[in-house]
Amino acid sequence: MAVFITRRLLLNVLVFALISVGIFLLVRAAPGDPVQMMVSPEQLQSGGPAFIAAKRHELGLDQSLVAQYAHWLGGALTGDLGTSFVSRRPVTAMLAERIGPTVELMGVALVVGLVVAIVLGVAAGMRRNSFLDYGATGLSLGAVSLPPFFLGIVGIYFFSLRAGILPSSGMTTPGVSGALDQLRHLVLPGLILALITAGPFTRYVRGGLVDELGADYVRTAEAKGASRARVVVRHALRNSLIPLITVVMYQIPQLLAGAVVIEQVFSWPGMGQLAISSINQQDYPVIIGFALWVAMLVLLCNLIADVLYAIVDPRVSLR
Amino acid sequence: MTTTSLPRRSGPRGGRPRSRALRRFTRNRPAMAGAVVLAVIVLLAVLAPLIVAHPPDAVNLEAARQGPSARYWLGTDTSGRDVFARTVYAGRVSLLVGLLAAALSVVLGTVLGAVAGLFGRWADTVIMRAADIVMSFPAVVTIMVLAGIVGPSVTILVLAIGVTQWPVAARVVRGVTMSLRDREYLQAARISGARALWLIRTHVVPAALPPVTVTGTLAVAQAIMLETTMSFLGLGVQPPQASWGNMLNDAQNLTLIQTMPWLWIPPGIAIAVTVLAVNFVGDGLRDAVDPRQAAGVRR
Repeated sequence: MAVFITRRLLLNVLVFALISVGIFLLVRAAPGDPVQMMVSPEQLQSGGPAFIAAKRHELGLDQSLVAQYAHWLGGALTGDLGTSFVSRRPVTAMLAERIGPTVELMGVALVVGLVVAIVLGVAAGMRRNSFLDYGATGLSLGAVSLPPFFLGIVGIYFFSLRAGILPSSGMTTPGVSGALDQLRHLVLPGLILALITAGPFTRYVRGGLVDELGADYVRTAEAKGASRARVVVRHALRNSLIPLITVVMYQIPQLLAGAVVIEQVFSWPGMGQLAISSINQQDYPVIIGFALWVAMLVLLCNLIADVLYAIVDPRVSLR
Repeated sequence: MTTTSLPRRSGPRGGRPRSRALRRFTRNRPAMAGAVVLAVIVLLAVLAPLIVAHPPDAVNLEAARQGPSARYWLGTDTSGRDVFARTVYAGRVSLLVGLLAAALSVVLGTVLGAVAGLFGRWADTVIMRAADIVMSFPAVVTIMVLAGIVGPSVTILVLAIGVTQWPVAARVVRGVTMSLRDREYLQAARISGARALWLIRTHVVPAALPPVTVTGTLAVAQAIMLETTMSFLGLGVQPPQASWGNMLNDAQNLTLIQTMPWLWIPPGIAIAVTVLAVNFVGDGLRDAVDPRQAAGVRR
C-alpha cells in the first residue's frame, strides 16, 4: 500500500514537471511579443528599440530558456508566479481571489448533482424501463448533448428576463447585501452546472445498483426475508456507492470545465473568467498560473481517487 | 476480403457480420431517426450555397435587427446578416471540424493503441499511462490554454481536439489488439518476420474497425461540442466566419437575448440536434456491432 502510494505520488510529480516544462516552452514559442502588448503606442514612439530592450531585460526575456525556466520554477515553487503584464499585480494574489467563487459554484453543483443522481439513479435502477428510467437516460443524454452555454442563455431568457425572478449575472447585486441575494445569484449557474454534472453520475449510480442487485448476497438477503427497501438501501446501494467516491474525484476536473463556461455566461468572477480575459489580453503569467493550478487540481484529484480506490479495493495496489 | 464466394444464407441470423450489423442498425428506431436527421443536416451544409438566399457575411445595415420573415427566414442580426444563412454555413464549419478532429483522434488512437497492445511491456505502460493522464484533464480547459497561448484558429482547434481525444480510441484498439496477440495467425505472421506497421495494417485495423467506427462516431459528437464551446468562448472559429458557438457568443447580451431570440435559438438548437443525432447514430452502431450491449438486453 505504502509502495503503491509512493509510486503514484512520484508519477504525479513527474507529470507535473513535464507539464510545467511543456507550458513554459509553449509560451516562449508563442507568436506575439508580450513586451509589444504591454507597452503603449506612445511609449513605443518615444522610447523606440532601446525602451523595448530595457523592458525585455526587466522581464528577464533576454536570458536563455533554461535560465528563464529555472528562475521561473524557483519562484513558482515558493508561491511566486510573477506579475501580471496587464494589472501589474502578483499572479498568486489574482488567482487566490478567484478560487473562492469557482469552488463555491463547483461545490454547489457537485452536491446538488450528486443528490439528483443518487435519487434518480436508484429509482431508475429499481424500476428498469419505467418512466423514471427513461428520464434518467434522457438526463444523461442531455448532459452530453445540450451545450451548457445555450442552457445558460435559455435560463437567463426565462428566469431573468421573462419572469424576472432571478439575477442574470455576477455574484451579488451592487448595493444589496445578505445571504439571500447571494443565494439568488447562485441558483441559475449552480443548477445548470448541477444538471450537467448529474448526467454521468446518474448513469453510474443506476449501472452500479443494477449490478449489485444481481449479486448473490442480494438474493441471500431477500431469501432471509429482508424487505425490498432494506435490500436496496442497506445492501445494494451501500456497495454500489463505494466506487462512486472515486468517480466523483475523477469528475471534479470535468466539473471545472463546465464551471469555466458557466462563469463566462453568468459573469461569475471566478477562475474561468480570469483565464479567458487573460488569454484575450495575452497576459502570459496569469495564463501559466491558471494552467499550473488546473494541473495541480487534476493530479491531486487523480491521486486521491487512486488512493481511495486502493483502500476500497486492496487488489488494485498489488498490480 | 474474399468471403463473397461463400453462399449467402438468409433469415434473421444469417448473412455476413457486416450485413447483420446493418440490419440491426436499421431496426433501431432512435439510431435511424438520428441517421435521417444527420443526413438532412449534412445535405444542408453541403448544399448551403444553393439553399441560402443571402451570403452569410453580407452586411446590410438597412435590414438589421429584423425578425423572421419570408425574406429572412430566421431574421437578421445587428449588422443585417441573414441568420438562416449564417446558421447553415456555420454547420459546414462545425461538421468539418468535428469530422477532421474525430478522424485525427481515431488515427492517433489506433496507432498508439495498436503499438501498446502489440508490443506490451514499457511501450504499453508509457502509452496507456499517457492516455490516463490526458483523459483526466478536462478537454475544454486544455484546449483553452493551448489555443490561448498559440492563438486561436480552426487548425489549432482540430489539432487540440485530436490530441485530447485520442485515448478513447487507443483504449479500444489496445483491447482488440491484446485479444489478437496470442492468436496463431498473428504469431505466425510475427515469426515470419512481419513488421509492426504491416501487422497493424493487415490484422489489427480490420479487427478493430467495427468498435473504432463506434468510438469515431461518438468522437464526432464530442468534437462538435468542443468546437462550439471554444467558439463560444472566443477561442475557436473567429468572426466574421460564422460558427454556432460564436453566433451564441455574439448574442450574449441581455438586450439581444430578450428582444432578438432568433439570434440565439437557431444556433443553440442546431448544436443540440446535431450532437444528439450523432450520439444516437453512435449508440445505434454500438448496439449493431456488439449486440451483447444492445438496448434490448439493457441490464
